[in-house]
Amino acid sequence: MSAFSRLRLDGVSRRFGGQAALTELDLTIESGEFIALLGPSGCGKSTALNCLAGLLPLTQGSIWQDERRIDTLPPERRGFGMVFQSYALFPHLTVRANIAFGLRMRRLPREETRRRTEEAVRLVRLEDHVDKLPGQLSGGQQQRVAIARAVVFEPSLVLMDEPLSNLDAKLRLEMRTEIRRLHQSLGLTTVYVTHDQEEALSLADRLVVLREGRVQQIGSPRELHNRPANWHVADFMGYRNLWRGRVDRLDGNRATIESSGQRLLGEAVGDLRTGADTMVAVRPEDIRVDGPGETPNAMSAIIEVVEYQGRELAAEARTDTGMLLHLRTEQRIAPGDQVKLAIDPQRLLVYPADAARRTDLPASGSEAAR
Amino acid sequence: MSDAGPGRPLAHWQHRLAERGVDRQLWLLVPALIFVVALFLYPFFYGLTLSFQPTNGGPFSDYARFFSDAYERGTIWITLRIALPAALLNVLAAVPIAYRMRGRFRGKRLVTTLLVVPITLGTVLTAQGLLNFLGPTGWFNRILLATSLVDEPVRLTHNYWGVFFSLVITGFPFAFLLVLSYLSGIDPTLERAAATLGADWRRRFTQITLPLLMPGLATTFCLTFVLAFSVFPSAVLVGNPAGETRVISLAAYQAAYEQYDYPYASAIAMIMGFVELVIIAVVLAARSRFYTGSTGGKG
Repeated sequence: MSAFSRLRLDGVSRRFGGQAALTELDLTIESGEFIALLGPSGCGKSTALNCLAGLLPLTQGSIWQDERRIDTLPPERRGFGMVFQSYALFPHLTVRANIAFGLRMRRLPREETRRRTEEAVRLVRLEDHVDKLPGQLSGGQQQRVAIARAVVFEPSLVLMDEPLSNLDAKLRLEMRTEIRRLHQSLGLTTVYVTHDQEEALSLADRLVVLREGRVQQIGSPRELHNRPANWHVADFMGYRNLWRGRVDRLDGNRATIESSGQRLLGEAVGDLRTGADTMVAVRPEDIRVDGPGETPNAMSAIIEVVEYQGRELAAEARTDTGMLLHLRTEQRIAPGDQVKLAIDPQRLLVYPADAARRTDLPASGSEAAR
Repeated sequence: MSDAGPGRPLAHWQHRLAERGVDRQLWLLVPALIFVVALFLYPFFYGLTLSFQPTNGGPFSDYARFFSDAYERGTIWITLRIALPAALLNVLAAVPIAYRMRGRFRGKRLVTTLLVVPITLGTVLTAQGLLNFLGPTGWFNRILLATSLVDEPVRLTHNYWGVFFSLVITGFPFAFLLVLSYLSGIDPTLERAAATLGADWRRRFTQITLPLLMPGLATTFCLTFVLAFSVFPSAVLVGNPAGETRVISLAAYQAAYEQYDYPYASAIAMIMGFVELVIIAVVLAARSRFYTGSTGGKG
């Protein structure tokens, strides 16, 4: 294995036919880091991963492992472990043989292969299943074999392509913890592809949000959670309330905007001018129910739909001016209730609406529900 | 189940049978069954019983006659000597070509069509082509002579090689199509996974693809072997039917339509079927040693 201190992606691009799948990806990965590539399907995240693995040649750009250029190497000479979405376990080999495969390909001494395979089997707790074929295992067990197989030869980088997407909700949570535990105990540098923002936030040290093949934002989970760089990222990071509006007044970072007849006070993020079209983003949990009367961004609304979600309720409410709001609250509310709502101006983010692609914009008011 | 009311035994039985897959849909099998019985089972058993009723001697005397006559007995070996290598070559040649033909690329349909066209030609046209091309005055020999690679024409027709080439030409498309479909049944992600684990293309093939393909290759071999073993037209047209390509089906034909000894011809046909069965049994026994389950990745 060849450990590195830094892996650098330099303008990595990939086109399929005339279609750009990934455009100018610049990213530096430090040793030991857990990076999540996040984005909706078709955003180029899997393409990026396959380019890293060497399974897809780059159209442009280069990949550097410290001072060594590796994007011209075939996958078998990069020494990166990869976990596939479909697991891709070898169906004709036992669990043990599957896990040992990478070690055998490296022609390690028999004794060492045996010892390290046993170690990896213990690590993923599959001692009772080593002689079974993959077809005899459950989804979660197959997943663990796939992970053990990818980490057993201590690769300098582990690539994971939506490894949890084929598991049921309970197992997904368990495996998420398992992956985090493995990363912490082995300290393996990991690049993890997912479309699940919660998964990415909980696992990664750093997130890379992609959209239409372009990087939208790179940052820590906290940065992405609290301050998405643009409204697309906000949309993806769980800001379910997205309203169109127009800037009324700008005062430093404080923006007063007008959205379907409602005056709102918020934080300007990005380049805004007075009179410009904006997108307003608010997380459902940042809408308070029955706040004190004299706050900014107060509005009265009628609860329309309520979903029970354990400790909290998720609800849809419509304001007097016709705006549809998604909110989460611990208070007991019921459809038809007349409520007072309030939003902290710091948690109401105002973004420039990208004028170039007006068709992307959800309309304000009732159509804003996304 | 035991508490079914006494008043409804009929419904009860229908239900139990349906659970075992016996229901009215089984009637759909009837046309196929009639077909099999009329066109396969009846002729087979007719031939079998006929083979035990020779014109002279006891029930086994026709079999004894075949095996005691070296000229007759030898047809088994002659046929095997043509059919086994031809089937093997068809399968082995199909593997690399099908391996390259996986996935999508420009002109794939054209190449596939070209490879499969010989199926549509039929044996006689193939034989005529072979005679024209590989015969003593054919293109092939004329080129060899013109370039002084040989002093006299190479004999490639009216002997073993003529039949062999004919079997390869007609058998290869079958083998190719079968191998291609078996190969496409193997999840390509498996090879990608093997690559990330450090396997170069040679080991990806020998360790992953080939073991998963082996059962398919065995089946393909059996099918092309059966086609080749019953070779008849090309053995006459481009072979030497009196000598080195006097195949077993020719012996049966001569018994039936030159000597009009139907029981003897039936006996030969039975022996022919038995030899085929033995070869297929051996191949399938070997096949069962390989992994034969799902190759679509996730089990």
